[in-house]
Amino acid sequence: MTSSSVPSPISASAASPAQAADLSVADAGAKQGAEVSHQAEAGHGEEEGHGDFRLFGLATFLVADGMTFAGFFAAYLTFRAVNPLAEGGNYELELVLPTVNTILLLLSSLTFHRAAKAIHQDRTQACRNWLLVTAALGFTFLGGQMVEYFSLPFGLTDNLFASTFYAITGFHGLHVTLGGLMILIIWWQSRQGGRVTKANLFPLEATELYWHFVDGIWVLLYGILYLL
Amino acid sequence: MTLTLFPPTATPEPQAPLQPQGWLRYFSFSVDHKVIGLQYLVCGFLFYFVGGALAGMIRTELLTPLSDFMPRETYNEVLTLHGTVMIFLWIVPVVNGAFGNYLIPFYVGARDMAFPRLNAVAFWLIPPAGLLLISSYFIGSASQSGWTAYPPLSLTTPATGQVIWILSVLLLGGSSIFGGINFIATILKLRRPGLKLLQLPMFCWALLGTSILVVLSTPVLAGTLVLLSFDIIAHTGFFNPALGGNAVVYQHLFWFYSHPAVYIMVLPAFGLVSEILPVHARKPLFGYITMVYSIMAIVVLGLVVWAHHMFTSGTPPWMRLFFTIATSLIAVPTGIKFFNWLATLWGGKIALNSAMLFSCGFIFNFVFGGITGVALAQVPFDIHVHDTYFVVAHFHYIVYGGTVFVIFGSVYHWYPKFTGRLANETLGRLHFVLTFIGFNLCFAPQHWLGLNGMPRRVAEYDPQFTFVNQLSSVGALLMAISTLPFLINMIYSAFAGEKAGDNPWRALTPEWLTSSPPPVENWKGPAPLVTHPYGYGEAPQPQAVGASSP
Amino acid sequence: MVLVLIGLWVGQNVNLLPIDASANAPVYDELFQVLFSIGTSLLLGIMGLLIYSLIRYRRLAGDTGDGLAIEGNLPLEIFWTAVPAIVVLFIGIYSYDIYERMGGMAPLNDHSVHAMHNRADQAMEAGMVPGMAMEAGDGPARVWAGISPTGAGADVVKVDVTAMQFAFIFRYPESGIISGELHVPVGQAVALNMEAKDVIHAFWVPQFRLKQDVIPGQPTLLSFTATKEGRYPIICAELCGPYHGGMRSTVVVEDPESYSAWVTKNSPAPLPVSVSPANSVPLQS
Repeated sequence: MTSSSVPSPISASAASPAQAADLSVADAGAKQGAEVSHQAEAGHGEEEGHGDFRLFGLATFLVADGMTFAGFFAAYLTFRAVNPLAEGGNYELELVLPTVNTILLLLSSLTFHRAAKAIHQDRTQACRNWLLVTAALGFTFLGGQMVEYFSLPFGLTDNLFASTFYAITGFHGLHVTLGGLMILIIWWQSRQGGRVTKANLFPLEATELYWHFVDGIWVLLYGILYLL
Repeated sequence: MTLTLFPPTATPEPQAPLQPQGWLRYFSFSVDHKVIGLQYLVCGFLFYFVGGALAGMIRTELLTPLSDFMPRETYNEVLTLHGTVMIFLWIVPVVNGAFGNYLIPFYVGARDMAFPRLNAVAFWLIPPAGLLLISSYFIGSASQSGWTAYPPLSLTTPATGQVIWILSVLLLGGSSIFGGINFIATILKLRRPGLKLLQLPMFCWALLGTSILVVLSTPVLAGTLVLLSFDIIAHTGFFNPALGGNAVVYQHLFWFYSHPAVYIMVLPAFGLVSEILPVHARKPLFGYITMVYSIMAIVVLGLVVWAHHMFTSGTPPWMRLFFTIATSLIAVPTGIKFFNWLATLWGGKIALNSAMLFSCGFIFNFVFGGITGVALAQVPFDIHVHDTYFVVAHFHYIVYGGTVFVIFGSVYHWYPKFTGRLANETLGRLHFVLTFIGFNLCFAPQHWLGLNGMPRRVAEYDPQFTFVNQLSSVGALLMAISTLPFLINMIYSAFAGEKAGDNPWRALTPEWLTSSPPPVENWKGPAPLVTHPYGYGEAPQPQAVGASSP
Repeated sequence: MVLVLIGLWVGQNVNLLPIDASANAPVYDELFQVLFSIGTSLLLGIMGLLIYSLIRYRRLAGDTGDGLAIEGNLPLEIFWTAVPAIVVLFIGIYSYDIYERMGGMAPLNDHSVHAMHNRADQAMEAGMVPGMAMEAGDGPARVWAGISPTGAGADVVKVDVTAMQFAFIFRYPESGIISGELHVPVGQAVALNMEAKDVIHAFWVPQFRLKQDVIPGQPTLLSFTATKEGRYPIICAELCGPYHGGMRSTVVVEDPESYSAWVTKNSPAPLPVSVSPANSVPLQS
């Protein structure tokens, strides 16, 4: 369920010749240039009159992904209300490390935003730097999570709270990992001129949206799991 | 116009040299929504036959009051697979993936769906997931806990089968979600210029509502099944009371998806009926706006009624009351739709062909099932009949008598468009009669069984129920036999049926304004602008520039 | 009008239910009759309209014209929105009343009259439920679900029910009887404290019109008053494994004298006499 529907920029131009031919016929026939949608991924988004709906598709996917988290949160809250642990079973969670992690993640959203702004201003090098910083912050977050996991007094199967804690934070961590990898991929692609530009914004914007989503989920998670 | 590139003759449409041609397309990773739609349709029907065979095994076991046809564990595997296959491999893929994918691009005036490759991925998840699920039966280790997989039972039955089941359902749920994303994006973003939302054929609204439900509820099932798999594999205790967990929380999470799932199965069918009735009654769909509101009301209400599946599980009385009222309220928008369909027929010129017959059968069966549904919504009533054959009867009236009847009707209605040939009407009517009689014979008596003490998911029962069970099994046999005229018709007519032409039904929706079968780009030239898809009885609307001529 | 009459007739005269043998069964049957009547009227009405349309408005051979171009009718639509809404709300409120009369709305957790068997017992029997809310010495264990006895005095017959794969075991705490059959006196309130040992089961007596899921880790309380003597089946109504279909028992409703005789005959002497057909019942010492 953690797979993203972002089409890899590498295969963006996989449209077959005949489909390209269809495209040109229809484009020639319909001056409004409205209806064709076969090759949305090939960067034709803006020309179609429909706007680029790929981000919309991603946003819909993120709603779905969010609902998975919602299910987990609902389970967690229900368990807390209905199956309270025996005395001594409720673990007090350390707040220092998670708070630091939260700040890191929020910062990383800011740096990603900077990267996006840079590319809008055609400052590719700045963009690449900000991307690297974002990835670094993201992986530091993951490192922090690892440190926390190893320092916790409870394991996965110790009790209901422990299991739910690891399930939710683990699922989130998977998302962060995926997002971090996507950032690195974009960074790598930006090394070849022309792949990550103002004209081909979708991969960057998609990863940015995904990253903000992951950040938002963490804020909720922090509130519900750590603060409540 | 460069139409000379694609002369409208009998020569096969030139496909991309890199893509398979002809029937091989259907076994390839095609991104053409029409190909994908038919892939979903045929694949779905194959799983329907598998699920039907499983049903046949169940009804054979139930011919006698004793458990004497197969080992009890096997029987539980069979009933689990029957439910899972029918829901996730037959109905959901066919009404959404098959008809949705085929029709929606036509209806919004697009050449294809918003994300064609995602579309292909979504389809190609289905055969492996289905094969995985079915293979678990043959290695002697299928899930035995019902399609509901309640813990702790699902934690104590053989783990391999249960994990395979979970994996399979996760893949199928993912497929469904990808489809939902595609439909929402296509309907909201890909409409032809000049085409407003409220001019779309009703099927688009139905799929929009369905896809909203898919996107909001399926992920919750995914999360739940992941937690269940943790319980099985890692021995956590989310739902295991012995380890401090709560089995009822599973039920809440499971039904949060699985109740909307029934609307995911039935809303597209409502949409399809809304397309079929006007055409064969030659009358506009009655009450377009209220039909749209009804769909949205069903979507909203459908998300807040899940616990009516749990009235005996141990929810507080106030909660049960809330769910009774909410569930009862769903009858209102649903009822509105049925009255609107009746009003669509009233004053029309009704052709009693196969498509219309199955649609009328749908109306009867679904109203019957809907009435038992309102009864089941009442807590005190449900206490007696929960988990009995009354419930089995109710939901089969809805899913089979409802949705499957619509699927058959839709196949007959769009067969000419898919294949370019007309199906045989005599065989179609025979199919209808056998199915209608067989279905009602099989499931009507089951209401009485449940009321009088027969629980569900059992291979043995009180001998006083023997005769009624045998009656029901005869009905099931009739249903099985009814597939014969259907299959013969489908296959024979594809080769030797009368040529259909573009628009044998003289219908007004966009898919009929092009050849049968349609060209790769759906229409030669721009998509027609159809602002009155139900404009029967009015003066013919001037079509937009470039509408293809017959 | 005709439809209403037919519906009423069907509801009154077509008997689809088994005999009613508990105090709340007639209440249930009343609801059933109402639902049946309304449902019959509705089904016949809608089918009548459908069949009439199919006949009256069928397409005649050679007619290629269209039907009437009617796209809507607001007053009609308001009518058939309002009427079902009213009917449905009526049914909902009526069924709430029925549920209350059956005892479903009574609170489950404040009944000191029939305090559950003591903490130690429960901990011992429950054994493997450490995650439960078991604050030591805190009063009766929490009841998670079910139906309380309504207006019962101290005269309630208490029975502890254990559901396991694939049998029901009945323990009478006051007399120490352990039995595989449930014996109850007619006309007296009975309170069943139920718990499952392994997977979810359900306790269902069709003639009582009562069913309650029995869930491990969640003690439930089901009360009823039997009104007709006889032997009725107790059926497990939640898939619990391969022998789910064979998981049944019997409730024997007898007159008070016979019941007392049964109690006397089966009460344990120094050692408990196990009347139960099931095997691994933890013996009380």
